[in-house]
Amino acid sequence: MSYLELRQVSKSYGAGAGEVLALSVVNLAVERGSLVAVMGPSGSGKSTLLTIAGSLEQPTGGEVVIDGDALSSMSRNDKARLRRRTVGYVFQDFNLLAGLTAAENVSLPLELDGVSAKKAHLAGMATLEELGLSDRASHFPDELSGGERQRVAIARAIVGERSLLLADEPSGALDSSNGEAVMRMILAACKRGMAAVVVTHDAQLASWADRVVFLRDGRIVDQTVPPPTPESLVAALSEPGPRQ
Amino acid sequence: MSVRHALLAFLSEGPKYGLQLRQEFEESTGAVWPLNVGQVYTTLQRLERDELIESDDRGEEVGPQKVFLITEAGRNELDTWLNTPPDMTEPPRDELVIKVLAALRVPGVSVHGVIQVHRRYLVELMQQWTRLKEDEADFDLAFALVVDAELFRLDSLVRWLDTADGRLKRAALEAPSAKPGPLIRRRLVARR
Repeated sequence: MSYLELRQVSKSYGAGAGEVLALSVVNLAVERGSLVAVMGPSGSGKSTLLTIAGSLEQPTGGEVVIDGDALSSMSRNDKARLRRRTVGYVFQDFNLLAGLTAAENVSLPLELDGVSAKKAHLAGMATLEELGLSDRASHFPDELSGGERQRVAIARAIVGERSLLLADEPSGALDSSNGEAVMRMILAACKRGMAAVVVTHDAQLASWADRVVFLRDGRIVDQTVPPPTPESLVAALSEPGPRQ
Repeated sequence: MSVRHALLAFLSEGPKYGLQLRQEFEESTGAVWPLNVGQVYTTLQRLERDELIESDDRGEEVGPQKVFLITEAGRNELDTWLNTPPDMTEPPRDELVIKVLAALRVPGVSVHGVIQVHRRYLVELMQQWTRLKEDEADFDLAFALVVDAELFRLDSLVRWLDTADGRLKRAALEAPSAKPGPLIRRRLVARR
């Protein structure tokens, strides 16, 4: 069974002549342990898809189902609990709280969910260590590089028992090697059983995904098929031989 | 990849045997470009003829026991080659560009659809290359550089398709003006 499902999801803003259709009858299923990338140009509906999948916005039509539970049947409190406990968000501009250290930023969602400060701190430190950031735990965001900030943001998104990671242009303005590090972390989280959706216009980031879905004018127009083994690619490339 | 200059680069490190050079060539390209022994010895013979390398025994046939050394002329040739940018002044006849341009002329064909077919194919190729990067333990430096180069090349094509897609979408919303062909040609001629 899919962990995240968008069934016939539509979203429009405004009404009448000024109505803007951001998403139109979108179907998307993401399994546990799998990474799906959504590619599309600016204005194609990528961010809207993500905010609806994470219950930050209501769809105008259709249904979002997470782990078998339809969001439409959840109370406001249930959805808030889902966002605190189950869903991790990563944004382009990190969204770290400037007055908190890296460790405090990471443990904050657990504390907000009622976990004791001590337990939350230990869980936050464990996640930072897992991502190779334990030596930056006591630093404030403005003392971290852009790459480190985004890695802290990923730690915050996967801390505790979160099972769904939603990332909006997670490499942002990072250079390609930091972007690669970010995608490696997201992929590692998926290999531990998380389901992840990354929206991006960057094909190099999207190519880390198991499946790439193409969005255009609010509609899914295409998706990649599971690729053949990399070995076949190298073998095919080897055939022509070098140029003299 | 120029086999001739790659061999000069390996010999700049010190004297080497032919088979050793073949092995180093394949290792340096992450085994992506295999090289047969015949190619190695033919190239070495030409380099020796051009006095860019010399062997320890000029009287013998080129063979596995022969050691090759780079000459001063060879070092100069290598230095010139390394510091000369490849000629990229002429745009290549890129089949992908030609297909998209051709699609514009065919009645009833969705150019956006044609673009998407190629975009999906390129992203699928990129997924395969990226999978090679997943296991960092198996990822030596030479192979990493080759894979990065291929990913950036494919990425540039995807970006071009994205830009073309957006440009065509905007053009469809605007009233047609002067035909772009002659204008572009005039600009290219003016720059030369």
